[in-house]
Amino acid sequence: MNGAAATAAAVGSASSRVPARRPAGFRFGTSALIGLILPLGLALGWELAVALHWSDGRLLPPPSLIIATLFELLRTGDLIGHVLATLQRVALGFLFGVVAGTTLGAVSGYWALARRLIDPTLQALRNIPSIAWVPMFILWFGIFETSKVILIAVGVFFPIYLALSGAILSVDRKLVEVGRVFRFSHREMITRILLPATLPTYVVALRAGLGLGWMFVVAAEFMGAEQGLGFLLIDGQQTGRPAVILASITAFAVLGKLTDWLLATGTARFLRWEDGFKPVE
Amino acid sequence: MLDIRDVSKRYPNDVLALAGFGLTVAPGEFLVIVGGSGCGKSTLLRLIAGLDRPTTGTIALDGTPVIEPRPEIGMVFQEPRLMPWLSIDRNTAFGIRHLPLAEQRVRVSEALARVGLASHAGHWPRELSGGQAQRVALARALVARPKVLLLDEPFSALDALTRNDLEEHLLELWAFDRPTMVLVTHDIEEALFLADRIVVMRPSPGRIVAELVPTLPRPRDRAGPDFHAWKYRVLVELDQAVRRPTGEEAFPAAAI
Repeated sequence: MNGAAATAAAVGSASSRVPARRPAGFRFGTSALIGLILPLGLALGWELAVALHWSDGRLLPPPSLIIATLFELLRTGDLIGHVLATLQRVALGFLFGVVAGTTLGAVSGYWALARRLIDPTLQALRNIPSIAWVPMFILWFGIFETSKVILIAVGVFFPIYLALSGAILSVDRKLVEVGRVFRFSHREMITRILLPATLPTYVVALRAGLGLGWMFVVAAEFMGAEQGLGFLLIDGQQTGRPAVILASITAFAVLGKLTDWLLATGTARFLRWEDGFKPVE
Repeated sequence: MLDIRDVSKRYPNDVLALAGFGLTVAPGEFLVIVGGSGCGKSTLLRLIAGLDRPTTGTIALDGTPVIEPRPEIGMVFQEPRLMPWLSIDRNTAFGIRHLPLAEQRVRVSEALARVGLASHAGHWPRELSGGQAQRVALARALVARPKVLLLDEPFSALDALTRNDLEEHLLELWAFDRPTMVLVTHDIEEALFLADRIVVMRPSPGRIVAELVPTLPRPRDRAGPDFHAWKYRVLVELDQAVRRPTGEEAFPAAAI
């Protein structure tokens, strides 16, 4: 890529010209800490409520018990197995969902005929609840991994398809005209103008898709898994151990937040050009 | 040579934007088209650029009809229209993507140096002023070395000082490899400062009403008495263009 290094260098020097309001490390640290206030405060409150016997904590175990359960699961090695099984399903489902959603979204955003052909059907399919697919997917793809991954891919597909095909329609016509003056082919028009222009929307759609992937994995693991955080959840329910259910839910929350953070940070460098609203300090 | 013959353009909403338009532009000539808003001057540029097709008539460059955008014809719009996600150097290289990378790099740095923005190669478009962004748009068009450069009110969104600055700059760029220039404007002073020949258009439907060849030596002095006399002449032509009685086809019922 020509100029990429030059770009990086120049951007670095551009930002160093602007007097920094505060050191970046301090800002990152505080914003991360601010985000912890709410969950830690709630956990602490609940811990106190149980410790002071305002609640017996039987149906909603206190955080200390949930953490103890997590450590116990970690010690036996069960947790790692569950986490890896679930992560693999989400990763595969996300990958297929993103590829399909991006391809069909770009095609239906670009060609009117493709849009007329596929969009009505996809819009109808979109409204089918995920759980409704479970029996059919088991019949079609068996009880093992294939049906689970496909279910997750379906969940990831729709927000990406919808956002991308819609965003392409709102790309500035004036920029597209520049591509026409330079005699861009259809493919160049899509890859050099339409996709970059829709990138900010696309990234939000990826994050929404990933979130749905995490939701659909639970539905997928309800259909007879032997491993996975969703299995752990069901197991906790069937053996009457709320702490195990909450441990599984906590793991979902942590993993979901972590993967979303990875996605957001990983894509941030492609969006440095954005000239949007910066939230007030 | 750019040859426009008997061109008319009727839009789907039945507005007749151009009628019976004929014009030839010599290689290397700087032609400026002036006219009020709605006189079809932007429509004309879009037709020459191959972005739209004329309803009747033909446009040809060196004998080959223009029916779609061509590499020999460059265009600068009223807005810079830079890709906000590309650094300035990559924006400049936008139209020469088919060339080898080394060649692209040489041409881009040349073009940016020529518009005085060599030091901004790695910047984002959002970091530029309006005048700088329009210079990049000029560099992006010229880097492809077009035979014909079309400019659609390229400086109308800029403040007066920046505009004068860029007009002088445009003449330098023109002198460099002498493309045929067709610039559309509603600014008489701009037209007189730049043009070898001025074509005055009138609206409803768009057509030529006058042609003037300013016999002012270059570089032209905007404050000189001759310049003012010429300004007055163009103004009179424009004024008459608006008031001259209209023909029957001038106001198609559906267009009102």
